[in-house]
Amino acid sequence: MLRFLATRLARALITIVMVVTFAFVVLRLSGDPALLIMSVDAPPEAIAAFRASWGLDDPLWQQYLKYFTAILHGDLGRSMRDGRDAIALVAERIPATLALTLPALAIKLSIGIPSGIYAALHRNSLTDRVVMGLAVLGFTVPSFVLGLLLVLVFAVQLGWLPSGGQDSWRHAILPVITLGAGGAAVLARFTRSAMLEVLGQPYIRTASAKGVPWRAVVRNHALPNAAIPTVTIIGFMVGSLIAGAVVVESVFSWPGVGRLLVVAVANRDLAVVQCILLLVAGTMVASNLVVDLLYGALDPRLRQARAGGAA
Amino acid sequence: MRDAELLEAKDLVRRYSMRQGLLGRITEVTAVAGVSLALERGRTLGLVGESGCGKSTTGRMVLGLEVPDAGSVSFQGKPMPKPGTPAWRAMRARMQMVFQDPLGALDRRMTIAEQIAEPLVIHAIGSASERAARVESLLRDVGLRADQGGRYPHELSGGQRQRVVLARALATEPALLVCDEPISALDISIQAQVMNLLVELQAARGMAILFISHDLRAVRQVSDRVAVMYLGTIVEEGSPDALLHDPRHPYTRALVSAIPHPGKQGERIVLQGDPPNPAARPTGCAFHPRCPLASVQCRSETPTLRDDGADRRVACHHPHASPIAEAA
Amino acid sequence: MSDATLPAVAAAPRFRLNLPLGVAIGVSWILLMLAVAVLADVISPYAYTALDLRNRLSPPVGMGGVWAHPLGTDELGRDVLSRLIYSIRMSLLIAFGATIIGAVFGTTMGFLAAHFRGWVEQAVLALVDFSASLPFLILALAVLAFFGNSLSLFIVLLGFHAWERYARIARGLAISAGAQGYAAAVRQLGAGPLRVYGRHILPNIASTLIVSMTLAFPEIILLESGLSFLGLGVQPPSTSLGNMVGYGREYLTRAPWILLAPAFTIITTTLAVSMVGDWLRDRLDPTLR
Repeated sequence: MLRFLATRLARALITIVMVVTFAFVVLRLSGDPALLIMSVDAPPEAIAAFRASWGLDDPLWQQYLKYFTAILHGDLGRSMRDGRDAIALVAERIPATLALTLPALAIKLSIGIPSGIYAALHRNSLTDRVVMGLAVLGFTVPSFVLGLLLVLVFAVQLGWLPSGGQDSWRHAILPVITLGAGGAAVLARFTRSAMLEVLGQPYIRTASAKGVPWRAVVRNHALPNAAIPTVTIIGFMVGSLIAGAVVVESVFSWPGVGRLLVVAVANRDLAVVQCILLLVAGTMVASNLVVDLLYGALDPRLRQARAGGAA
Repeated sequence: MRDAELLEAKDLVRRYSMRQGLLGRITEVTAVAGVSLALERGRTLGLVGESGCGKSTTGRMVLGLEVPDAGSVSFQGKPMPKPGTPAWRAMRARMQMVFQDPLGALDRRMTIAEQIAEPLVIHAIGSASERAARVESLLRDVGLRADQGGRYPHELSGGQRQRVVLARALATEPALLVCDEPISALDISIQAQVMNLLVELQAARGMAILFISHDLRAVRQVSDRVAVMYLGTIVEEGSPDALLHDPRHPYTRALVSAIPHPGKQGERIVLQGDPPNPAARPTGCAFHPRCPLASVQCRSETPTLRDDGADRRVACHHPHASPIAEAA
Repeated sequence: MSDATLPAVAAAPRFRLNLPLGVAIGVSWILLMLAVAVLADVISPYAYTALDLRNRLSPPVGMGGVWAHPLGTDELGRDVLSRLIYSIRMSLLIAFGATIIGAVFGTTMGFLAAHFRGWVEQAVLALVDFSASLPFLILALAVLAFFGNSLSLFIVLLGFHAWERYARIARGLAISAGAQGYAAAVRQLGAGPLRVYGRHILPNIASTLIVSMTLAFPEIILLESGLSFLGLGVQPPSTSLGNMVGYGREYLTRAPWILLAPAFTIITTTLAVSMVGDWLRDRLDPTLR
């Protein structure tokens, strides 16, 4: 178990290092940041000063080393636009994003998983078809379209709810529903297929042939085994709590991390983009790590096999 | 260069390292622990042993598909080139392999004729029309109809597929054919047909064959000489009839006694102990934990393969005496 | 109790009978979209930038509009139908280009990993892990921030969506084909790697790859339209489906038709492709999920 943990940790670290390297490489490949940030007709002295302050004249490996140590010290640079600390800028947006993504996650879990299980247990029933039809729709309707349709109906036509902004909890209702619906659809579809696969296994048939009550078979054998793949996708959802609302925040003008990212990308505010990239990678890797540990707890066989598969 | 020796393998050793987990210990498994063999033009050598004894690995090293960790292979007097090099690739036309599973060895998305022609295309032999004619005659030679060339592998029976694999292997007129369990995936009724075909083709074309099998009877039917392998080494070698009628090594004796003889009620030697495991090779003679004749010497000293009478070589400290010697 | 296992068996034929109608509709819709994309110049009533200042914000026919503009016009009097037609062309072009780039790149990486093994394989697997562990939208946004935007870069960027799936499939299948079976047999005949991978392994795994492509295609349409909606994808004066939705959003209260026409097209197209993809998967490659 200790070795399994060490392997997982090492892989998580490698992913983080790769993200940092990716940001660095892409940053350097994209051309001269000095010219990108300063306008083309900026005086040469201003550009030279900018280059010096950002260390752009050093050899590449030195820049990389500097870059890396700076990140290790928690220094992700300042916003190239307004000079504020990038981390602070991002951090103050996190609560707003969580205010959307946490309730949305609750919706996804409380609707997606039960309906997926129900659909699998009543395969090809009317409910199954309706649930799966909705799930397919949930996947094919992009969140910005769903969001705008909800605005059109509930804000414009009916006037029940506000269409955007962040003044009261009522403003959060439409974005949370928009976020939750898509995720619930994905989760329902996934849970159903995981359940169906488990239900087709010989040990389920054996258990029910032995005379174990069907409810007990489902509770003791099917659910724990179907949970294993489902945990992965939930982990992905938890990992994207910080940045899972890029599009929806833009639709509802919600001042979260996602909105900040879109604005930063449009303005090419590289420090902020980088900071968000690392933040997302960090949460993603952390939740993957937790998922892997949960895997180990749910299925002892995987500990050895997955560690071996890494070799 | 001696003309007679087509293939000579000396002291081949092959080890595989298996790792348990990412950070686990590396265990070394010796699949082949020093095998030497020689094969003359147009002759057949049978290689017999249970699964896991290293006979297939030996076959792959002889063909140059795997590089031995120690020892050498020479073909027509020249050392085997490194796999993947142009010299190695060119050599493929001279030596070919027939696989155990003909369906797996054939590409299910290509017609039979295309696959038989493929070695000719690869080695740029002949023009398109010459190749077509060649494929047709090859199909006939292995007992298939020319029109079956347009079929796909799944449309043929198991025996027919193995005939296709044979035709493909013979397309470049190789001097050596390595047949790795060529009949064990076939129905019993088909096995004899394929064996007979192999003998006929050898008589007509004169290629040498290394015939690998777990079945001593099948080997005997086609081979000029037979070598018995146990846990990576050859324990006995001789002419097939002599080996069958007068096995000297206790392991060979057990193998021979397991062959059912109609009318003859011989006592069957049932081997004791665990089946051989290459990951845990016993010290001394690898066979000693299962050997009824094992002595203290067998536990510590590895017997070498040495001449034991005319035309016979045995690796055993206590070989069974020949009946003639007993009678005398 | 026994009824718990029976439905799975009994239901299979019904499932098969039901699908083709939906699949047929899906295929027809995809063909219609393809025809629209190819024939855009011929069937489009106006140029997509043409202004008709006398008919600004004209509603579609049936909502009080005129036949000159069957789907209405936008703020500048541009014909929504014409813009929709050109948007379909643009979105499909991007989705096709990106899907093919992803498949080619991913398959090549998978083959390289399978062929060389060792550190090449480890490097490819590390990249696969890396791509699979980050939401692609975020990566795409970061690249767009760093590189700026152009149509060709945008297509290439979207091509990297799902490349790791092809890489995984290609590597796994190539390794199993190479370890035992036809690939080993052909290599043993003296064939070079190009022949082994191009003539033998690729045709054998093509159906799996094609199914993956059909499943990735709608995802790329959604990504493209999402990024274009945010103003970070296709740039005006060019237009794509997401672009139109983004523009129409400003007129949500006064002229919802500007937004509804492209939104409907996105939904139906992704729906059609994923239905066909699911059906293909069940038919050609039930092992894939």
